[in-house]
Amino acid sequence: MDEAKRSALNEFWINLKTAPGQIYRAMFRGGAPVSDRTRSSFVFGNVFLHLHSVRTHLWSLKWSTTMGLGLITTAAFLITLVTGILLMFYYKPYPDVAYQSIKDIHFIVPTGRFMRNIHRWAANVMVVAVILHMARAFYTASYRKPREFNWFIGWGLLVTTLALSFTGYLLPWDQLAYWAITIGANIAQSPREITDAMGITEYFDIGGLQREILLGSEIVGEESLIRFYLLHVMILPLILAMLMAVHFWRIRKDGGLAKPKNVDELVAADQKEHYPVFTEAPQKTYQLAAVVKGKTPAVGSGPENTVPSMPHLFYAELGVLMFTVLICFILAFVSDAPLKELANPLVPENPAKAPWYFLGLQEIVSFSAFMGGIGIPMLCWIGLGLIPFLDKETEGTGEWFGGPGGAKLVGWSALYGFATSIAVEAFAIRFGWLREWFPDIPQLVITFVNPGTVITVLYAAFSIWVLRRFNSTRAGALALFTCFLAGFIVLTVIGTHFRGPNWDFFWSPSHWPGH
Amino acid sequence: MTTTPGEKQSRFDPEPMPRRDFLGLAALGTMIAAFVVSLFGMLKLPKAAVSASPSKKYKVLLPDALPEGEAFIPPGRNVAIYRDGEGVYALSTVCTHLGCIVKANAKGFECPCHGSGFAKDGVVTKGPAPTALPWLKVTGGAGVYTIDEDSHVKAGTKV
Repeated sequence: MDEAKRSALNEFWINLKTAPGQIYRAMFRGGAPVSDRTRSSFVFGNVFLHLHSVRTHLWSLKWSTTMGLGLITTAAFLITLVTGILLMFYYKPYPDVAYQSIKDIHFIVPTGRFMRNIHRWAANVMVVAVILHMARAFYTASYRKPREFNWFIGWGLLVTTLALSFTGYLLPWDQLAYWAITIGANIAQSPREITDAMGITEYFDIGGLQREILLGSEIVGEESLIRFYLLHVMILPLILAMLMAVHFWRIRKDGGLAKPKNVDELVAADQKEHYPVFTEAPQKTYQLAAVVKGKTPAVGSGPENTVPSMPHLFYAELGVLMFTVLICFILAFVSDAPLKELANPLVPENPAKAPWYFLGLQEIVSFSAFMGGIGIPMLCWIGLGLIPFLDKETEGTGEWFGGPGGAKLVGWSALYGFATSIAVEAFAIRFGWLREWFPDIPQLVITFVNPGTVITVLYAAFSIWVLRRFNSTRAGALALFTCFLAGFIVLTVIGTHFRGPNWDFFWSPSHWPGH
Repeated sequence: MTTTPGEKQSRFDPEPMPRRDFLGLAALGTMIAAFVVSLFGMLKLPKAAVSASPSKKYKVLLPDALPEGEAFIPPGRNVAIYRDGEGVYALSTVCTHLGCIVKANAKGFECPCHGSGFAKDGVVTKGPAPTALPWLKVTGGAGVYTIDEDSHVKAGTKV
């Protein structure tokens, strides 16, 4: 075209016509992910995707490596985030009004009931998935060096997830909510059981202080509701999101998922089905870390059985996300989130039950408030956090149950864990406990000798025996973790299904007396 | 401008500090001080000087026909009042275990949450409750009594 004829108006017109394509190219500079190079830039050129590494090891893509549990947890969190924000349009955090607004969401707001159901079910899916994810990481020994810190972060994520569920429980302000939070707040106050027995509560009332800070008042009232609301919609989600970002980033920085030593042989067959490692000559040094000195996990490693994360990893991640959405949709469709009568501070629910994942705790709380609610959970929690520093063996990392023979050990530990907790519970249910036999027994004795602590001691004794028998810290850890998981399941089932009014034992909820 | 350390007058003079180091340390120091002070302020915030809670001192009209050994629960209150030959006394009905409201029965009280049992004088008979139900301060007479839920009295104090 002649330069003179090309008027500014003409130029403007052409720019306008090509604007959409230009905007697209300005956003996605790398171009379509069709070659190894553009697939790489698709990942590292994107602020969200670059939490992943550009290439993913074939071992990490195997279903049996992770079962997608961490992804399910993440997907469930995203679902609760979206539905939670939508629910905030109508929810009003003030006693009585809160209850009415939940009723509005349920009966008046279009899709409100469905959104609330999804929110509730996704929260449950998240709790289940995060516990299973922790078990997966433990049983494949993925907490070992260099992944100790990421296990630590995951440990924080577990607690934050449970705290999110607990704070969400109060918001509907119904009977279920009110009494579960009353019990929870009094568990926070339960160090008084010890300080009272020692006669020092007057001077050192840590329990009372904890309860008052949690509730913002002496009673579960408007101050408590706004506190729980703030924690639920702002403080805890922010903490969770930050920890998640660190958690994902550290997977990459720790050299991907934990892999067994002979991983290259194990994935050799899969490699043939995938693209070759490089479909074109790389324009940059692919792995600079291979020639530099340092302590990062990738330094010194040779060629790997990796494939581009786009599409192999991302499509798998999308698949898991859609699977989680589907599960939550189905559950939300068939089952409504519960809403009981308006909270009544004069008449407790009978039985007053916490969310199901706290019912194991509630079962041991029914023996001693302090040991069941604070002592034993703190012990488990600290023990979980210390695992990577107490088991520093290197054998069997990345393999389920630590390699051959491990599954058998875990099986026997599970059997012991189930049998012990069921036996102790059955004894306590059938014959009662110390107070029934010796009415004048001091409270401190019951605090330290009750079915909860007896089960804990039996588990600890068993795992020390296993540790000595196999002369392996990993064997001891496997035994202890399995026992506690079994105990958690037994106590949760008893608390959920077998406890009725007055926390009495019933074979089935259909046998509960009317009241 | 870069700072060059000045000549030392004597060997006992301290090494002069470069200006940048001084400014850097001053910035770091004031930041830490500000952070610590504001953290203390923030930590004090969640505990109010006065917390909102309903009044716990009130008058109760005891029915004349209240049989001995039967609990009278004033409407809307978590208190049980007994009258016997020696006088009138009141117990808190908030369970000492985890704060549920106990229900009066023929033997005393039973907690619906975790099955704690209490006798009519508040003593624990069953379950996980760590201490007895507290006795509350009762004043007055001739059927009209004032209950103060915040003041506990020794077990056995009757008016």
